[in-house]
Amino acid sequence: MVEGEEIRIGVYVCHCGINIASVVDVKKVVEEASKVPNVVVAKDYQFMCSQPGQNMIVEDIKQHNLNRVIVAACSPRMHEPTFQKAVERGGLNPYLFEMANIREHCSWVHEKEKAAATDKAIKLVKAAIAKARLLKPLKVEKVKVIPRALVIGGGIAGIRASLDIANAGFEVHLVETRPSIGGNMARLDKTFPTLDCSQCILTPLMVEVSKHPNVTLHTYTDVVGIDGSVGNFKVKLLKKPRYVDESKCTGCGTCVLKCPWTAPNEFDMGLGKRKAIYFEFPQAVPLIPVIDTGHCMYFQKGTCRACERFCPTKAIDFNQKPKEIELEVGAIILATGYGLYDVAKAMPEYGYRKYKDVITGLELERVVSATGPTKGHILRPSDGKEPKKVAIVLCVGSRDEKHLRFCCRFGCVAGIKHAYYVVSHIPDAEVYVCYRDIRTFGKGYEEFYERVRNYENVRFIRGSPMEILQDADGGIYFDVFDANTNRVVTLRPDLVVLETGIVPHPTFKEVAKVLKCAIGPDGFALELHPKLRPTETSVDGVFLAGAVQGPKDIPDTVAQAGAAASSAIALMSRGYVETVPYVSSVNEDLCSGCGICQPLCAFDAISLVKKEDGKEVAKVDVSKCKGCGVCAAACPSGAAQQLGFSDGQILEMVRTLAR
Amino acid sequence: MGENFEPKIVVFACNWCSYAGMDLAGTSRIQYPHNLKVIRLMCSGRINPVYILEAFANGADGVLVTGCHPGDCHYISGNYKTRKRVMLLERLLEQFGIEKGRLRLEWVSASEGEKFANIAKEFVEQIRKLGPNRIAEELRKEVAVV
Repeated sequence: MVEGEEIRIGVYVCHCGINIASVVDVKKVVEEASKVPNVVVAKDYQFMCSQPGQNMIVEDIKQHNLNRVIVAACSPRMHEPTFQKAVERGGLNPYLFEMANIREHCSWVHEKEKAAATDKAIKLVKAAIAKARLLKPLKVEKVKVIPRALVIGGGIAGIRASLDIANAGFEVHLVETRPSIGGNMARLDKTFPTLDCSQCILTPLMVEVSKHPNVTLHTYTDVVGIDGSVGNFKVKLLKKPRYVDESKCTGCGTCVLKCPWTAPNEFDMGLGKRKAIYFEFPQAVPLIPVIDTGHCMYFQKGTCRACERFCPTKAIDFNQKPKEIELEVGAIILATGYGLYDVAKAMPEYGYRKYKDVITGLELERVVSATGPTKGHILRPSDGKEPKKVAIVLCVGSRDEKHLRFCCRFGCVAGIKHAYYVVSHIPDAEVYVCYRDIRTFGKGYEEFYERVRNYENVRFIRGSPMEILQDADGGIYFDVFDANTNRVVTLRPDLVVLETGIVPHPTFKEVAKVLKCAIGPDGFALELHPKLRPTETSVDGVFLAGAVQGPKDIPDTVAQAGAAASSAIALMSRGYVETVPYVSSVNEDLCSGCGICQPLCAFDAISLVKKEDGKEVAKVDVSKCKGCGVCAAACPSGAAQQLGFSDGQILEMVRTLAR
Repeated sequence: MGENFEPKIVVFACNWCSYAGMDLAGTSRIQYPHNLKVIRLMCSGRINPVYILEAFANGADGVLVTGCHPGDCHYISGNYKTRKRVMLLERLLEQFGIEKGRLRLEWVSASEGEKFANIAKEFVEQIRKLGPNRIAEELRKEVAVV
């Protein structure tokens, strides 16, 4: 485009099948648009984003000498890049393009007001035309991507993503808040529907990731700060003190044996005990113990030091301090996983934490595990006896308007697996599975359900317990209305297992806050597009793996971890990112050097410089400018302008829409 | 004024939270009045108060400014600046003869499609009660006299 050249605009109105055309009279929009000065071509087409639709733009630019293009279709957040590329193929600068959102902001939200929706669409198109007249070509710069990734969360998602990135030849830093990697999967005894031993398939990966030459493991470490943007993130980690020198410790476990103090075992969900100096679990990676200062007598009362005395390598260090680590990475993968819904607090009617023999599914996993509190024997917590009658309750907190509206996606099959645990450990036990619907969507899940359903001593009751109560003799019982038989059944189980709903891991909220990535209404990370961009977040260069995005079983988690890793690899192997073109620019002739803009900039991108004639003017460092336009909004002389969003452009839109 | 009065409302939305929230209202097919027309900016902090004045001067009956929730701004603190500017402008508007209630600031996140639709309904009702903005016409008369 040459300065002073005649403005020639092409307007393209998309039907989006019938998504737009069934509400908005697209022919009328075209007719009105073609009357507007400078509009040379106005057309409608069934699918503008299709290849013929895009080609139409490319051809018209050449044939009609267009120098501005407007597409009235879906949200620019959806297809702006698609059409910008088409405009570029036509030989124009991609920023000589403007979009009018007549789908998300019009046809889809005014479905029953066709005339008004058509009028609105015409207005939106006219506003786009008004802005387009003043558009200028913009330039994008290329910035190098640091070929190093950060993975937050050391569960199966984080481990898988780290390995994939490391195997592609890139450096990875894997951060885990707990003393060992492994996450929730390490707690499971078996995985459905194949009944693989969970540890047997997980621990080799834990070892592999910890030994991989491209992986640096940061366990017992929190992410405390993240700055910068895609390609160039600056990360601050805080390594919590273990009070054990990792370089000296051999993991022999003498300290744990000699420690006289105990505390509830978090890994066993509080069911068993562990020492005040402890390994998180026997296969922990790294196999280095941690001192829990809250239960260590030395930290509490200043005496004991048994661990220090017996340590053969003198690895105990009571003076260890938290250590700050700074990293520069190009891509970040969030894999913070899930936590359990607080059923004790939110659903007191189920008596969890009130009655010892009401446990969660994850607790049953620990009970069944050979390394768990009962060494793999199913014994009920209250008296250590083998339960002969077990009730398994599905959908506890899930799919419930008062609690969590969403499905946890693994509770049903986990519950079926738990029924299998009980009958395989205690062949003469009776199991009652209280369900609302059985959802067995995964590969092999329905077959597994059928297998367990056919056991003689496993019964399925369609209904949720009303309230779990206790007898005078201490036994628990509840009534449940069985919708299959239209009868109220009273059950007196020895053990109740609650398949609880899940929530984002508590660490997620903090990380999301420092990253400024969007959170969905369910509290999980919001993906960029639910179908087409499920691993990306609203922040470029930050990807999602596993349950951080929403409830997932292990196969889905692993699949998404691979997808997140490949997105990160693609970014790093390309090696550069394009900067936003919408940066600020100061017209030095207009700038009075007042300096109002400088302190307003949140990115320290503006400085005042002296020109040769002695006049002070504001100068924008475009490598730091993120393109918010705060400075331009504050400039009293209109000298600071945001490219692509100049005062003139926006005011033209305002005037068009206000009239 | 009366039954046929259809308020003209200009909406400013930041690209990251509010515009995405409005898109979500669309994809969820949550219906709201057609009176609102949106201008997308990268950040609510880009909104020069002049835009709002210009909207009123050109006949807008209401202006809705939307941005990310406090603490969620994609550009760290743009929305705090918006809040200050809107609060200051609200005081000035009354002196210009533009009634209180014609300018509104709301935080809308990317997941709050339903919230936006509710705000839209409420705001249109509020403007209907206030009636047409007379300032635009008066300005036109004054210009004619000059």
